[in-house]
Amino acid sequence: MDPILETKQLSHIYSAGTPFERTALDGVDFRAYPGEYLGIIGHTGSGKSTLIQHLNGLLKPTSGQVLFQGTDIWSDPKITRQTRFRVGLVFQYPEYQLFEETVYKDISFGPQNMGLDQKEVDRRVRAAAYFVGLRDDQLEKSPFELSGGQKRRVAIAGVIAMEPQVLILDEPTAGLDPEGVESILGNIRDYHRAHNATIILVSHSMEEMARTVDRLVVVNGGKLPFEGTPREVFQHGDELERMGLGVPQLTRVFHRLRALGVDIDPSVYTLEQAKGAVLDALAKRGKALEKGVE
Amino acid sequence: MALKDITLGQYFPGHSPVHRLDPRTKLLAVVLYIVALFLAQWFVSYAVMFLVLAGSIAISGVPVKSILRGMKPVVFIVVFTALLNLFYSGGDTVLVRFWIFTITLEGVFRAFFMVVRILMLISGTFLLTYTTSPILLTDGLESLLSPLKKLHAPIHELSMIMSIALRFIPTLIEETDKIMSAQRARGADFESGNLIQRAKALLPLLVPLFISAFRRAEELATAMECRCYHGGEGRTRLRQLKYRGADWFTLALFLAVTVGVGVLGHFGL
Ligand SMILES: Nc1ncnc2c1ncn2[C@@H]1O[C@H](COP(=O)(O)OP(=O)(O)OP(=O)(O)O)[C@@H](O)[C@H]1O
Ligand SMILES: [Mg+2]
Repeated sequence: MDPILETKQLSHIYSAGTPFERTALDGVDFRAYPGEYLGIIGHTGSGKSTLIQHLNGLLKPTSGQVLFQGTDIWSDPKITRQTRFRVGLVFQYPEYQLFEETVYKDISFGPQNMGLDQKEVDRRVRAAAYFVGLRDDQLEKSPFELSGGQKRRVAIAGVIAMEPQVLILDEPTAGLDPEGVESILGNIRDYHRAHNATIILVSHSMEEMARTVDRLVVVNGGKLPFEGTPREVFQHGDELERMGLGVPQLTRVFHRLRALGVDIDPSVYTLEQAKGAVLDALAKRGKALEKGVE
Repeated sequence: MALKDITLGQYFPGHSPVHRLDPRTKLLAVVLYIVALFLAQWFVSYAVMFLVLAGSIAISGVPVKSILRGMKPVVFIVVFTALLNLFYSGGDTVLVRFWIFTITLEGVFRAFFMVVRILMLISGTFLLTYTTSPILLTDGLESLLSPLKKLHAPIHELSMIMSIALRFIPTLIEETDKIMSAQRARGADFESGNLIQRAKALLPLLVPLFISAFRRAEELATAMECRCYHGGEGRTRLRQLKYRGADWFTLALFLAVTVGVGVLGHFGL
């Protein structure tokens, strides 16, 4: 399958030519496939936000290319603008970008900019509000009267209302209580299913990632050292630890068991997998014992 | 180019002898330097001033490239001043005459010295802001102006306002960058359209920016009150300004240069 979004040897240097120069991305080859739920994980300052701001053309590469469905998004200003609508980006702490008098108007900002007719804008605003669990009577309120968590939902709805094919969220659950985290992750999953959209979720919580994504990309020091299913990535437990990324607790226990000399698969991260791994290990040991008796 | 990359007069952290001078020394030295620039008359005195500037830049370790980059915004003013001086100086030694313009030898020299003076003035003040953090600069100003407190001028309050403002400029710039990106991601267009359209397009940027500025101000006020801040009376400092040998030496040097250049200038050198 061809990737929907791809970067080729993408590098980005902030404040080039000043003493504050800083290479945030260094020759990154990144791929996202249609319909997948992808996680980007990395330590603070590793370059996650920089990477995703390239994916919808907000940052221009210092060198390298960004391709959307095979076309370079910087080849034409029109294409750059189109890409912003097709690849929706929800920023870190998006609640600080709200500005309209009412929630409804704020959510409609994106669709209005797309030049849609009034009826279509209305349909999209209501659909987006529904996805993030905002009630109809909340649409006419001022966004500034809402709680922090509700503001975040409004901001996410503002991007969902553009109905992007790729939805990127930069730490959408930062600073929320566990219930808020679950419900926002649920909303995102609903959008993923309903539109068969590609989701790219940025986080630095391994536990959260392990539960939600199909595939994981690790960012470290402006490069992508590992990628694969969560299980494949967790095999590199020690290296991840060294990058300051804890693996899930369960995985850590199994890594430790292995370090103690137990022949066991250390890449597990759910209880179900753990049970399987323990049973496998016991079965193996049982067989070895049987052999010994013969 | 991001908004952030505008480095006009921005502090370059460093540990050179120039960085380590007391901010009051640097402020006074710059004042003396400016006075000397206006006393300078001819090649000899300008050469002395140039040596002082070049020496200071060399010791500070600030790249000459950055100082030159800082000059970009004033190129227009410099060219304009040069032309004015070139054409309207009067004088007897006529070099060229065309249409209504006359260029005299005196005019050429005047224009040349004027340009040199402006450029040296700007480089000198840039060197001050490049090597002194804004916080130290306001501390230095407060300390130099403190005699005015006797006249009940609110020096401490003014310098507090100034340090807070300086402290929040980078924060606000960063915030502007972030909100702009967020609105661009929703298709906002800040670059095209006529004046009215552009002004309207700023609304999604300005509203969140103001809200966040007020929120920050309120949080800061609460935090200051929680720590019992009540103005300058009886307040001690974390960063004590102390005069050291190097400071006295620098002041003496600049005083000597100013007097020297004054004398040279008096004799038309
Ligand atoms: N606007 C900017 N100007 C200069 N440097 C920047 C800018 N934005 C980010 N950087 C630098 O680039 C590097 C990567 O930053 P980035 O924001 O992509 O990290 P991140 O992985 O998103 O971190 P976090 O988890 O804290 O959000 C950091 O070292 C940061 O200091
Ligand atoms: Mg980030």
